[in-house]
Order: sequence, then structure tokens, then C-alpha cells
Amino acid sequence: MIKGDKNLRIGVYVCHCGTNIAGTVDVEKLRQFAETLPGVVLARHYKYMCSDPGQELLKQDIMEHGLNRVVVAACTPSLHEETFRRAAEQAGMNRFLVQIANIREQVAWVTDDAETALDKAKAHVAGAVRRVALHQPLERQFVPILPRALVVGGGIAGIQAALTLADAGKEVILVEREPSIGGHMAMFDKTFPTLDCAACILTPKMTAVKNHPNIRLLTYSEVINVEGSVGNYRVQIRRRPRYIKEDLCIGCMQCVEACVFTRARFPNPFDRGLGMRKPVYIPFAQAVPPVPLIDPEACLRLKQGKCKETCVVACGDRGAIDFEQQVIVEEYQVGVIIVATGYQIFDPSVIGYYGYGKLPNVYTALEVERLLNAGGPTSGKVLLRDGRVPKRVAIVHCVGSRDKKYHAYCSRVCCMYALKLAHLLKEKTGAEVYNCYIDIRTPGKGFEEFYNRVQEEGVHFIRGKVADVSPVPTGPGENGSSGLIITVEDTLLGEVRKIPVDMVVLAVALEPQADADNVRRMFGISCSTEGFFLEKHPKLAPVNTASDGVFLAGACQGPKDIPDTVAQADAAAAKALALIDAGQIELEPNTAWIDEEMCSGCKTCIPLCPFNAISRDEERQIAVIDEALCKGCGTCVAACPSGAAKQKLFGFEQIDEELEGILSYV
Amino acid sequence: MSQTHAHGRSSGKPKLALYWAASCGGCEIAVLAIDEKILTVAEHFDVVFWPCAVDGKVRDIEKMADGEIRLCLFNGGIRTSEQEYMARLLRRKSQVLVAFGSCAQEGCIPGLANLSNREEIFRTVYRDTLSTDNPQGIYPQPETAVPEGKLHLPIFYDTLKTLGQTVEVDYYLPGCPPEAENIWEALVAVLEGRLPERGSVIGKNTTVCDECPRIREEKKIKRFKRIWEVIPDQEHCLLEQGIICCGIATRAGCGAKCPQVNSPCIGCHGPNEGVEDFGGRLLSALASMIDSNDPNEIERIIREGIPDPVGTLYRFNLASSLLRRSRRAATDGNGQKGAAASKLGAVS
Repeated sequence: MIKGDKNLRIGVYVCHCGTNIAGTVDVEKLRQFAETLPGVVLARHYKYMCSDPGQELLKQDIMEHGLNRVVVAACTPSLHEETFRRAAEQAGMNRFLVQIANIREQVAWVTDDAETALDKAKAHVAGAVRRVALHQPLERQFVPILPRALVVGGGIAGIQAALTLADAGKEVILVEREPSIGGHMAMFDKTFPTLDCAACILTPKMTAVKNHPNIRLLTYSEVINVEGSVGNYRVQIRRRPRYIKEDLCIGCMQCVEACVFTRARFPNPFDRGLGMRKPVYIPFAQAVPPVPLIDPEACLRLKQGKCKETCVVACGDRGAIDFEQQVIVEEYQVGVIIVATGYQIFDPSVIGYYGYGKLPNVYTALEVERLLNAGGPTSGKVLLRDGRVPKRVAIVHCVGSRDKKYHAYCSRVCCMYALKLAHLLKEKTGAEVYNCYIDIRTPGKGFEEFYNRVQEEGVHFIRGKVADVSPVPTGPGENGSSGLIITVEDTLLGEVRKIPVDMVVLAVALEPQADADNVRRMFGISCSTEGFFLEKHPKLAPVNTASDGVFLAGACQGPKDIPDTVAQADAAAAKALALIDAGQIELEPNTAWIDEEMCSGCKTCIPLCPFNAISRDEERQIAVIDEALCKGCGTCVAACPSGAAKQKLFGFEQIDEELEGILSYV
Repeated sequence: MSQTHAHGRSSGKPKLALYWAASCGGCEIAVLAIDEKILTVAEHFDVVFWPCAVDGKVRDIEKMADGEIRLCLFNGGIRTSEQEYMARLLRRKSQVLVAFGSCAQEGCIPGLANLSNREEIFRTVYRDTLSTDNPQGIYPQPETAVPEGKLHLPIFYDTLKTLGQTVEVDYYLPGCPPEAENIWEALVAVLEGRLPERGSVIGKNTTVCDECPRIREEKKIKRFKRIWEVIPDQEHCLLEQGIICCGIATRAGCGAKCPQVNSPCIGCHGPNEGVEDFGGRLLSALASMIDSNDPNEIERIIREGIPDPVGTLYRFNLASSLLRRSRRAATDGNGQKGAAASKLGAVS
């Protein structure tokens, strides 16, 4: 006896999916079986149900035969449920009276045995028929999308995405953890392969962010909590104290001048520790916002409570300095989120034989960027730690990349930045530069040409992995200073070479940020094995994530160069804009609801909801589900001990009937 | 009870029957817990059958016309062939058959014996317990020849069934035993003819928490505590203190009597309306409260805190749950495995 509507008129459609299904499942026998099921008035099979003629067949039948339920035995509902729901709707049927029996992924593709395949397909169809009989028409519901975006990360990816959105007239909240936006790009000297000055192309964008009326820039701040879902996220942002009021400071830097520390003596992380800063400082000259900040670990007033406070005197009537500033948490509501949290560089000190951290003249590429940069600690002069200009430089490729011990992947940008550094070092110092590479990879616009140019400039290329970097054994080196010797197997010559150099530059890998795992959990993003954030589809949805309304831009998704980052940032902004401009998004139809009489307000469900959609109505002492926030995950429904939490399309009776249907043919 | 007439001489009053099958007898006492109102019951009903309190014969019931009894309160599950016979008989003769109390409704403690079969139960009861002296290993037999002829005992079934699994039941009155006020309510409802939809449970459609005054905050549990381990805080939710209180999953109607005296709800009112498997519901709720993401820690929390999962989660309702009984070869009424056993339907 079938439960449900008394006047059931169910149509069953068996899709061949070419030979995907029909090659294993006897579709005619399945059709005949379906016809015998109670409530079924018509059963057909067709080569491609998802094709236009297939959908047309469905629509015709609904209209001509007065079908009031449809079962399509085909592929996974994640592919074509929407197709068949839409077709049914066009024929005047409520779209939720359609049920898919997945006989491709769950049947045809998992066996070669025609007999068991037919049995299992029958079970699925029988389950679907019994379930669909209990389906009720549901209304489609939409929620508005707040026309405001959160961009997390103020590197070039975040900057680009924020500007594109803001230029399109949308409000943007741009959050940056560091005191200034700019990210890694702000540290670079030149960019490959065009050798544009990084600052020259970046700082106008940074300034544009600062001045844009649609962008609210929150630096020195971090997102600490995200609630809600697409269209209506509530985000909490922790803002660290700068001890200088951003709205009062005019960036005159008088306080920095006046600090009781007359000499800068604290390592500046922006210069990778090669340059020094005072307790009150600005990370770099073009920082945005152009507001200094005070390091509470270094400032005498903040650390010991005692200081002449010459900075306060210097600031004078502006009164921008505020030693009482505290961490504050601000809350914002946004409709969409772009995650552009970037990367960190691989720490090469874990590779002992390169001597990084022990041998003073072994540098990471990023440190050399700072040495080359006119705004850097040496004002653009390439000077070793002992003040010498290097005469011989070795650049070691693939440090931490393409190495199963560290990162199996290729970091994509190292070859090109190594070539750029080779060019710049040679240009600035006239040094002999040795590039020790495994393979040179230049698959980009103008990249191969740049490689040729650097070769023509006389940079040496040695194909082989550097096995060792050692100090020159005791005895006076050149100019009495100790030099370095690299050992590398030149695989083209077939011999091991030992090359004396003054400087070793490690072309280090790009890797996920140390806190990437927490960040991705907060935003509901998956990650790939190496820890970079996972796009929804590697080819067809490269900026979407598993969470609707959360998009990816830049190297947080995987190593990429500036043009690719900018392109992806614009793509993410476009996706965000498309959502915002659509104005609304359809809700999952299978949302949960509370049967108010049955709910005892026990609070079991409330902390379980991943979307914070459930709250307790204190007056009525029951749980209440915000339908706009519910994503239909079913967690509360499964956990509700009183059976008060129920789910549309997944009612207990519907599930029971489906099971009964399946089990009666197993 | 002198005013009642077991032989049912027509008094014009509606007839009332009470019966006691596989249960402890507490339900019989519970009927008397309505105190002096029992006199009112006697005033309005003719008690035709109540073996515990009134002399009456089965043959008198057999002679009645079908539906002659207005109301039958039947407590206990169906464990023996005799109980099954009585259930069928009383069903036929009664207009309204009420599964009275947890045993009749969902199997209750006797239903936990569904973790064993007849043979194991007999072995324990008639051989292995310390106080048993049975060197010849004599077990009860359905038929025993004595010089005077053949003696018969009811067949002891492998599986305890609820009343509802045996005959059609009109109403269920939950509780172990049902509370006096609910019994009274039910009796009045029958007399006044305001009965709910047939097949329904007489009670509330919410759970015990609804009637419990304890303060609820957040259910996150690091350690389940056994009741002997702690003296619970009087004001806060017992479950939030780590004590497994089944109130979250148990149908309300008792007035949260146990939690109010600092004792956790053990679930005697059964599941809420529409919930088929009490234990499964409670299990998934408890599982969701364990405050850990580490599989080893979760395993430890469960192992140490819930040493008897079936007895904790299915204490009252194993027989009526989706599980019904342990999956063990069933035996027939004489302890024989095989065809005869399958007819009895170990798992129905």
C-alpha cells in the first residue's frame, strides 16, 4: 500500500545516458518494472532525458497525462535535478514534486553485472516512487543579498577586488592584518618580465583604496568570526590598537622623528629584519593608511609606563597619540565575501645544507627584493651584511618546491623572479650571477623572451640542484672576508662543480599562510592537499568555493604571479557583483523548521547549527529557525531528541517510505 | 470493592476490565494511586474483570458479546501464549483497548530480554542463578504428562512483543507506571466520550524539558557522569551537568517529576509524537553534545560514561524500537531452533 495523495499519477522516466546507464542496466525491464509500481501511470525510457527532446517528452506527458509526480531515473541529482525540476515547472507542475533516482553513479558505474544492476536500479526507482508520493508542493523562496562585500586581505588581490567592486558602486570592507595594505607586492622592487617598478604600479592603487568613498579600510585588523550565509553574513573583526588615532593623524611623522629612541634599533618585519625601525614607526614610506603605529613591545611608555612622551609633545594639539587604545571588535553585515589572504614564503632554515639563518650571506629572494628596493633598508644598494658589494652571486632555484620532503608542487613564480633578480643583481652590482635550476619554466606572456634576454646578459645557468652551501674554509678569503662555496652537480656537463660566491639567494617556495586552516574553517572553504584553498571546480568555477557567496582571489588559492592574481581578483569581484546585482538568491528548498508544539526548548540544536540559524525564543521557550540562514544541512533535524525539528523534502515519513521502497527490493 | 460485580450482572453501567500481562505489577498499584477516586470509578463502571483485585473468570469474558466491555486497561507486554490469548480475547470484547503503561505500550524492562532468547532466559532463571537448585536441569514444558493426564503451561516466546504489535490498540497511556492524574484524565475522557483520534498516545506532544524548571544554558559534554558519581546541582539542566537525562527525548506529561527531585529522567514515557525510535533519537542528540573532535577522546567519553548503551538508550522501548531485539537465532516455545521458530517471527 502506497502512502500519500489518493489521486497519484506518477510518471517514471528511465534515462539511458547514452550507454552510461543503458550499457549496464536493462532500461526496458526497468521501465516495465516501474509501470507495475502503485501510483505509477506511465513509464518510459529515453536516450538522453536531459536533452531538449527528453525534457520536452517530460513536459508533454505532464500536460497530456495529467501527471502529478515525476521520477527520473538518471544521473546524480547534483547534475540534473535542476534541469528536470525546471522542465516540470514549465509544464505547470510544482518543481518539488520531482524525484531523481540515481541509477548512474550509484548503479551503472559501480558494477558490470547486469542482473544485480537491474535489481539495484529497481530498488532505487521503487524508493523514489514511494518517496515522491509524499512530496508536497513547496514554494521557492528567495533572500535578498546585502549589497556590501567583505574583502579579506589587502595584498594586490584584495586591493584589485575591492577597487573593482567599489568602482561598480558597491560598498566594500577591506580587512588587512598588517598595519598597511600592499602585501608582498609592496615589498618587491621590480616585477617580471616587464621590470615595472612594483611600487610605481601598486601605490596608486593603494591610494585609490584609501580615497575611495565606497571602501572602508580596516588595517591592523583580522576577521575573527563569520556567521550567517550568502547574502547576509555577520562578520566580527578584531582591530588591534595602533595607539595612534587614524582619524586624527595626518601622517606628518613628527612623532617618529621625536621618539626618545633617536636611533631605529628594532628589526622591521617589512624589511624582513634587514632594516630597523623605532617603537613608533610606519612600515614603509608609501604605507596606506599613512599613519604610524606604536609597537607595545618596544615603546617605553607602553612597556614600562615611563617615558618622556616626546611623541605626544611632537603631535601637539592634534592629540592623535592615545596610549589607552584597546583591542576592539567591530561587527559588519555583508552579502558576499572575497578571501584574498595570500601566501607566506617557505622557511629555508629547515634545509640545513643551505645554511640559511647560520651563514649571514645566504638570503631569501624576498630579502633580496628589499635590498634592491630603493625604499628598502639599503636604499636600493645591494650590500652584504658586512657592507661589501657581492661580486659573485648564486641563485638556488626550487628551494622547498618540487621536493617531496617539503612541497611537491611547483611554486610557479620562482623561475621568473629568480631570472628577474639575476638581471637586477647583475645590473646593479655587475656581479657574476649563477642560476642553479632544475628546469626553467617560463610559460607566460613575454617570459621566454625575458629568459633569453637574461641569458644574453651573461648570467650563468647551471642545470642541477645545489647540494651544499659552505663557508670558505679558514684562511683569508678575498678582501679578507669569508666567502661561500656552493656545490652543484652540473648535469649538462656531467660533473660536480664547486663555485665560490659572496652571496647565495634562495628562490623559496610559496606556501599557504600559517593560519590558513583556521581561516578556511571560518569561511567554510575546503583546501587541497597542500593546504591552499580549494576552488569549487578547477576549471569551470575557479573563484567560487564550496560556500555560496565566498570567493577566492590570489595566492591563497595557489601560487600565482601578479597578472594572474589580478585577473582572478577581478573574476572574484565579477562573481560577487553578479550575486549582488541579482539582488536575491534562491534558498535551499529543504530548509528545517520547528514544530512549535513538539519543541520543549531543550537547546540541543542551537549550538549545532553551522550557520547559526537557530535561536531560542525565550518567551515561548522554543527554538526558532531563521529560514534565510538555514542551508538545509539537517544537523538539527538529526539531533533533535523530541522530533520537533523537521526538514522539508526530508520528512521522517518521506525518508522511511524511501527506505521501505528500497529495502522491499533488496 | 464489594460494590463491583465480577460476574457482570447487568447494572447498566459501562463495563471495565483490567489485565496484567508481562509487567511488574506496578501499573496495578498505579490504578489505586488515584486514591478515593477509585470509588467514583466503581460508581460509574462495572468492573467485570481485574484478576489482581477482583475474582473473575476468563470463561465469563469468553461468554460476553464482542464489544461488550466499554474499556479495557491492559498492562504488560506479550511474552507467553496465554498473554497473547488474553490480549486477543480482550481486544475482541472491548470497545476501547488501552495499552496501559510502558510495558504494554513499548515493552519496557521485560522487553530488554529481547537481547536474549528463550533458551538463554531459561538457562539463567532455571539453572544458573545462585539460588536455583535444579541438578536435573528441568525446564518448564508446554505439556507435561502426569498420572492424572496432561498438564499444560503457556508457551514462553523468544521475543517480547508490545500489545500494539499483537492486537490493534486504541490508545496508549504512557508511563512506568502512568501517573495517577493521567489515569484519571483518561477514565473521565472515556466516560465523557471525548476521545482523541484512535491510535494516539494520551499525553503531550512535547518532551519533558517543557515541564522541567531547570535552567538550560549550553549542552556541551566532556564527560558523562553516572548518577552515583555526583550530587547534581539543583537548578541547572542535569544533562548539561553530564548526567544522562532522557528528558530531552521523552514525551512530556509526567510533570518532570524525576528531574524535579534531582534524579534524571529515564525515559519511561517513551518517544515524542512522530518519533519512531527513541534510542536512536536520544543517541544522535547525545552524540551531538560531546565536546570533542578527537575520535579517540569521543570513544573514551562514550565508553566510560555509557557502559550500558542499550540499557541507557532503550531501557523502556527496545521491543518497540526499530531494533526490536538482538539478532540472534530465535528458538520456538520449546527451545527448538528452526522452522517452528521462524513461524513465531523472532523479528517481526
